[in-house]
Amino acid sequence: MEIPYTVTARPDTGLWNAKVGIWLFLASEVMLFGGLFSAYVFLRLDAAPGAWPHGLLNVPVGTMNTAILIASSVTVVMAWASLKMRRFRAYWWYMLVTILCGVTFLGVKLIYEWPQKFEHFGAFIKKDALEKYEPYLGNHHLAEKGLAPRTEISGHLHNHEALHDENVKEYEIALDPVNADPTNPLMDRPHFLYVPPTEKLAKIEKADVEYANMFLPKHSAYFASYFTITGLHGLHVLGGVIVFTYLWLPVGTKLYKRNPEHLANRVEVAGLFWHFVDLVWIFVFPLFYLL
Amino acid sequence: MDESHEPLIAETAAATTGDASHDEHAAHDVSKHIRGYLMVGGTLLLFTAITVFLSYVNFGTQKANVAVALLVATFKAGLVAAIFMHLSSEKRMIYRILIFTFFFVSGLFWLIYLAWYDPITR
Repeated sequence: MEIPYTVTARPDTGLWNAKVGIWLFLASEVMLFGGLFSAYVFLRLDAAPGAWPHGLLNVPVGTMNTAILIASSVTVVMAWASLKMRRFRAYWWYMLVTILCGVTFLGVKLIYEWPQKFEHFGAFIKKDALEKYEPYLGNHHLAEKGLAPRTEISGHLHNHEALHDENVKEYEIALDPVNADPTNPLMDRPHFLYVPPTEKLAKIEKADVEYANMFLPKHSAYFASYFTITGLHGLHVLGGVIVFTYLWLPVGTKLYKRNPEHLANRVEVAGLFWHFVDLVWIFVFPLFYLL
Repeated sequence: MDESHEPLIAETAAATTGDASHDEHAAHDVSKHIRGYLMVGGTLLLFTAITVFLSYVNFGTQKANVAVALLVATFKAGLVAAIFMHLSSEKRMIYRILIFTFFFVSGLFWLIYLAWYDPITR
């Protein structure tokens, strides 16, 4: 079957069909991500003072991934422009760089960022036990400065059996810097560079703990929204990489020889999708990493 | 409807038939934009650095910091949409789709407002 209006414009819309198609799809994508972002806003506004975490993510790594995604947006638009100028060789290289950028972005997320979170542990302390753990929380110091209180002690869990074994009565944690030295003014605001947990060990009785878990989606509203939104975004990056790879393989070369404008249009719609994925990340990055 | 149909159809039809003069015209048209694309890319990178820097500046309240970061993000997103996604000069049909999208997504975010300020039983 011959698909109509792949290159020529349809008289009533003034556009080739795929362009209308991709924009309708992107409109539905706006609603999909809009729903998740509005859930984020709702959860964040509803969080008690000090309950919404700050500075848990690695800012330099997030910044790097942002730059990679922006660079790939430039290369994909250059790939399209190269096709328009009938420079197939340039197209091939730009597309390859775009694909590599997408793969790097995903690699950083899946191999580095997410696993680092899965290995991290946090325990929310019950209200009446907060005073007992004051040396790790530094809430008097924060109150004096008018800052929100801390209710969580986090770091690397040493006795993993404590998560499931009821006979283990306490968690042993190698403390994060913020809990190791909570009254240090440097800890009042998040760090730019990631600082791993210290050697300082703390024992926290389970009886004093409201809720404790690894940094998984179920850990908190923050991580639930973080993993959901970055996960869905990551799936979009994967989808984009698959489509770009298809257009970059010999299939694309064949289409180029038959009708270069058709390939240019395909790259344009795939590029529109890719720019949208970049656009979503432009909001994800400050909302989760910086604020 | 869009009055610019006629020349447009003629133009794209020329592209399929491999009209050489058209190809040259299109290539010339695109090559003019390349500098712009690179500059937008550079601006986006610059504003990424700016937003990271600003997040470590204390604007008094957390709300103020959120507002500043979202302002920068909206500017960046606007650049991507206008230049990379060619929305600065698109056909009317696309704008029609996006007006609806804007309307519905605004409604979606307005629902959050309803959760905080109850206009019915207050």
